[in-house]
Amino acid sequence: MSSNSLHYHYVVPGDDFTQAGKASSAVKQILKQLGFNPQTIRKMSISLYEGEINMVIHAGGGEIDVDIDDEKITAVLTDRGPGIEDVELAMQDGWSTASEQVRGLGFGAGMGLPNMKKYSDELKIDTEVGKGTTVTIVVKLAS
Amino acid sequence: MKVKEIAEKLGWQIIYGDGEREIEGGIYCCDLLSIVMGRAPSDSLWITVMGNVNAMAVAALADVAGVVVAEGMPFDEDALAGASKGSVTVLRTDQPVFAAALSAAKVLGLK
Repeated sequence: MSSNSLHYHYVVPGDDFTQAGKASSAVKQILKQLGFNPQTIRKMSISLYEGEINMVIHAGGGEIDVDIDDEKITAVLTDRGPGIEDVELAMQDGWSTASEQVRGLGFGAGMGLPNMKKYSDELKIDTEVGKGTTVTIVVKLAS
Repeated sequence: MKVKEIAEKLGWQIIYGDGEREIEGGIYCCDLLSIVMGRAPSDSLWITVMGNVNAMAVAALADVAGVVVAEGMPFDEDALAGASKGSVTVLRTDQPVFAAALSAAKVLGLK
């Protein structure tokens, strides 16, 4: 870990779709101000937004911790939701357990985790049914 | 071409934003937000029927140049508040999505 490290913490309220994306937008703004290249910002923004939305839809909210150092941006999303029963299945394009109400808002296409996989450089999912899920997203900085 | 220029040429209403961004990523049409999130090119003109706050968040995060709310779909106050947090211009037209895309493509000279 580099000595030049920035840390940000966000609380994501559950089931509030008007607030969903607030943390991701704040992080995007910070990355812009820090002058990262647009591709890096886009990768982190997309991955983080999908994770944030998942916490709102499925887990009753949670917390996000973002660390930025000289080599990478790391986001850790922690929730105490129901956990993911079958991660392999959840990773498949189009698989979703979202409600009709959530689908009506334009979500629930089953692209959340696949998008996170596609746009992050590292994606780690620690989940336990009934306990919660911790998702770690890493986007490396272009050298 | 700037977003405001296309609005002017097609007579589309500018609901929010200055329209100063250049459309350099083509035209993109889709309504499912997670698909838009992952696939809408940055700097594109995104045409959709979703005029809600979440669509505005997706537009800002996917970094599109502008959003066109087609079919004259409603655009509520929450969505306006959402739009105001980003730098995305929002347009509205009564045209259906395909017709809107076709008109925009003609104006942009896309083939």
